[in-house]
Amino acid sequence: MKKYTKGFLENLYRQIIRIRFCEESLVEPILKGEIKCPCHLYSGEEAIATGVCAALEERDYVFGNHRSHGHYLAKGGSMPELIAEIYGKETGCSKGRGGSMHVIVPDKGLLGAAPLVAGTISLAVGAALAAKIRKEDRVTVSFFGDGAAGEGVLYESLNFASLKKLPIIFACENNLYSTHMPIRECRPGNNIFKSSVPFCIPGYRVDGNDVLKVYELSKKAVELCRKGQGPVFIEFMTYRLRGHVGPDDNIQGTHTDIRPKTEIEKWTKRDPIKRFEKTLLKNRILTKEDLEIIRKETEAEVKNAYVFTMNSPYPEKNELTKYVFKE
Amino acid sequence: MMSSDKSVFLIGQGVKSPWYVGNTARGLLEKFGTERVIDTPVSENAITGVAVGAAIAGMRPVVVHPRMDFMLYAMDPIINEAANWHYMFGGRSNVPVVIWSIINRGGEQAAQHSQALHALFAHIPGLKVVMPSTPYDAKGLMISAIKDDNPVIYIDDRWLYNIEGEVPEEIYEVPIGKAIIRKEGKDITLAATSYMVYEAIQAAEELSKDGIDVEVIDIRSIKPLDKKMLLNSVQKTGRFVVVDGGWKTCGFSAEVSALVSENGFKYLKAPIIRVTLPDTPAPASYRLEKEYYPTHIDIIKGIKKAIGDEEE
Repeated sequence: MKKYTKGFLENLYRQIIRIRFCEESLVEPILKGEIKCPCHLYSGEEAIATGVCAALEERDYVFGNHRSHGHYLAKGGSMPELIAEIYGKETGCSKGRGGSMHVIVPDKGLLGAAPLVAGTISLAVGAALAAKIRKEDRVTVSFFGDGAAGEGVLYESLNFASLKKLPIIFACENNLYSTHMPIRECRPGNNIFKSSVPFCIPGYRVDGNDVLKVYELSKKAVELCRKGQGPVFIEFMTYRLRGHVGPDDNIQGTHTDIRPKTEIEKWTKRDPIKRFEKTLLKNRILTKEDLEIIRKETEAEVKNAYVFTMNSPYPEKNELTKYVFKE
Repeated sequence: MMSSDKSVFLIGQGVKSPWYVGNTARGLLEKFGTERVIDTPVSENAITGVAVGAAIAGMRPVVVHPRMDFMLYAMDPIINEAANWHYMFGGRSNVPVVIWSIINRGGEQAAQHSQALHALFAHIPGLKVVMPSTPYDAKGLMISAIKDDNPVIYIDDRWLYNIEGEVPEEIYEVPIGKAIIRKEGKDITLAATSYMVYEAIQAAEELSKDGIDVEVIDIRSIKPLDKKMLLNSVQKTGRFVVVDGGWKTCGFSAEVSALVSENGFKYLKAPIIRVTLPDTPAPASYRLEKEYYPTHIDIIKGIKKAIGDEEE
């Protein structure tokens, strides 16, 4: 712990809490039907976005997927613009045209998130290629889930990225479920991190619910990429505490979450936030009061995001066809 | 373009092999090196995604699919990602990529090496689709496509590769969205795409001997379509035949016919006639192939039908 400054750890805590509070704030409006846009909540997986993005610079690129609120916030996206986007407001990060699954922060390097499983992996490889052609010191991270390991384009992308020695980190967030399907029914072995090895890319696996372990490994991967020794593949082991989509997979009245209660309880004990708080207190980095202050400040931030959203206009009807093409 | 704009690069299968892309990329590798002329493994989906991603990150890539049929592997990055990207991020990001593909018809190559899929791409909001028929337009439209801030599907036909014409050395643009009249006429409007323009011109020349004055329009830009030129011509002639190297059902010819009847019904003196491929996969056997691809003879038949002078 001594190698980290207090400020660094405090920022890490602030970030992980921001993501959790922001995600959990969506639960009630979803259940009430105020939010109609499908939201794939990141609760339980926050340590990954927090730890990986803490290892990146602002200039570095990130591509996300359907579950990217965390990637968005960790890469510097504005919370009010995220909530406004989910509510379909003109002030949203994608002007209400994209919703929860299409978040972007172009000026902070989140070049886009899109929900087609594995669809943004090759795009991230392309961004890494662009950086290499332009001889820029820029690393790209491609976030995808364990479900994406079932898509062929991942393997095409690994091959090409390795052939061209691109500065890219393939970041697989393995939450053990591909929508409703447990990983043991999706693949014969729980070994996604070995997928990159045939393509001469080192593959690592790490506890994705331990923000400091995530950060350490990501930092190492970023350094390798900066030295021209990329790509790197990392499998982050984690678990979503909410449904695949929405708070509890209660989609139009059908409860589709078939996960065993004991499994959920086991992972609730490994909650990345509780664990990080314990570490911070045990090592006397922050006091209980410090944590409380940060929590209160974050609550206020979330509240403000909703005030911003409620005061924001919807897109104009006559702008339906705007943005089909760039004029 | 590669000399004047450092963000332009060429990527795809066989870019260093004339067997794949004819002589179109000759000398590029020597001039720009493997960093900007990137020959790739057979991975259409990922490679197209790479080009789309590079475009999102500020480059202007040209990705080539030497056989259009193989491009179907890349429908996800083209349609789900590139076409929707600008809209779904509310205009905050865009994809200036050129997806260049070659229709490889004929030569007994059969169903999976012959497909003309321009209508399929033109259906998708967010994509532009161009089909040059002359060497001059091939260069001018490629330059316009590269400079365009949107994804452009640029489609060649292998049968056009033997056609010669004057091509200026300098950089010039042929605007996307503008058709061109290849032959003026007053009796009937004949609109054609890509290679079919040559069959159309031949048909028009033969019909002129019979005193039928055909106006031939080279569509060039499948989407956006030059509606004004088409409707102005139909207003003048009152008759319309469309010739397309794709299939008939839900094809490009169907779109143009609908456009003309929706907006130019009052000018029409006769039903619109379509000359297209039959709704059949391409056969291998030469005998069947000859039957499959429409020629100027089929066009002449179509025109005679449209002017009420059927011989059959």
